[in-house]
Amino acid sequence: MDILKQLADTFLDWKAMGEVIPKMFAVGLPNTLVLAIISGIIGTALGMLLALMGISRNAAARWIARIYTDVLRGLPPVLTILVIGFGFGPIIRELTGSTSPYPMAIAALSLMSGAYIGEIFRSGIQSVDKGQLEASRALGFGYGASMRLVVVPQGIRRVLPALVNQFIALIKESSLVFLLGLLASEREIFQIGKDAAATTGNLSPYVAAAVFYLVLTIPLTHFVNWIDARLRTGRPEKKEPDEAAAVVGKGAQA
Amino acid sequence: MSEFASGTLSAKNIHLSFGSNHVLRGIDLHVPQGTTASVIGPSGSGKSTLLRVMNRLIEPDQGDILLDGRSVLKDNPDELRRRIGMVFQQFNLFPHKTVEENVSLALRKLRKLSKEQARSEALEQLDLVGLKHKADSRPANLSGGQQQRVAIARALAMKPEVMFFDEATSALDPELVKGVLALMTDLAKGGMTMVVVTHEMGFSRNVSDAVTFMDAGVVVESGPPEQIFTEPRTDRLKGFLADVL
Repeated sequence: MDILKQLADTFLDWKAMGEVIPKMFAVGLPNTLVLAIISGIIGTALGMLLALMGISRNAAARWIARIYTDVLRGLPPVLTILVIGFGFGPIIRELTGSTSPYPMAIAALSLMSGAYIGEIFRSGIQSVDKGQLEASRALGFGYGASMRLVVVPQGIRRVLPALVNQFIALIKESSLVFLLGLLASEREIFQIGKDAAATTGNLSPYVAAAVFYLVLTIPLTHFVNWIDARLRTGRPEKKEPDEAAAVVGKGAQA
Repeated sequence: MSEFASGTLSAKNIHLSFGSNHVLRGIDLHVPQGTTASVIGPSGSGKSTLLRVMNRLIEPDQGDILLDGRSVLKDNPDELRRRIGMVFQQFNLFPHKTVEENVSLALRKLRKLSKEQARSEALEQLDLVGLKHKADSRPANLSGGQQQRVAIARALAMKPEVMFFDEATSALDPELVKGVLALMTDLAKGGMTMVVVTHEMGFSRNVSDAVTFMDAGVVVESGPPEQIFTEPRTDRLKGFLADVL
């Protein structure tokens, strides 16, 4: 039973956890959300741009999107964040006087997630039946308007589950911002847990951080499943037989 | 008197190749105002491609397309397509929009009607095809026959001068074909200029004013339905009719 007690002391020290939780609520959670949400928005916009470039009839645009996507998806996130944070950080500092690592962290997270989201959008848009574009063009809409009004909205709908998965990844990856060095007020959930673990010599603050992450990510996971099911089965609505055909249909059944 | 402001459509010497595949080899088709031309022929004969060339979804390599006697090849193709309604085999309704939105989308965005005006015009069109009560349903909750009638309403809402039907009943269950054919017959009788690519020989024979038989990218025979169906002159048409009738 010594082992169990040892484990409990290491991971479930309520006192150590209790001390860190208010800070996580007041500082860590808002910072994590700011990082994830802003990067999510920029990454989604960038992803849409990359997707449209990827299916463009312009070969240069396709190549740029392809190379960008291959590079950014192929690098470890930690490397991208370090390179962008330490590489471009000083330039931004000189230009704006801001010492916050947040803009660089958001830039790195957005650039990375943009590459993934671009591929998600592209696959969704390309999965839309080509008859949709044809029908829209036959009505008199141009290519751009057809994509905007008809094709892209359907493509996005189909890949919503994959998109939400990408947001979950962003919440988790936002923890990597600690690599750039944070002031006390800039710490997010992971850094607060890490600091508290270092000062108490106990891992319980990490467990508290884990709970915070799970509270954010598990509902999103289930939200994904819900959208997925909804997309598969559609909204429940009663389907009636064709009235005009009913007369003929009855004869066929008899 | 015609219920529609329909026009006269002509295609002259249309050629089109996809790579080395010569799909259309000098097609001529003349559809006078208010008449219905049906185009019949085996699969892969180029019938559907001809429709797509005549509304410039595909640009011809050679030849001319005239609407009311004027060449339209120099016009903006988007504007040309607003004057030609098209109905597809697979309906191609927009599944993310309601039935009413399917019909009103082009009215709002292309004819720049207000939302209310577009909706009321869309409901009027849906009423004509007997589906006003389905205005707020999604296409997925309609039967194939209903979907195709919505697609016809969507095309008619733009007040086209010509209507194209590309095997409009081929994807329908047999018992749903009748309602769609009846609607097409009403349009033909109402004076719409129509080009109907079809496998429905009954419609071709009884409703259309002229029949064009295509095979392997050429017009093999054309004429009034009586002549085409009772006195076929070429072996190819005789063989085709023997297969389908």
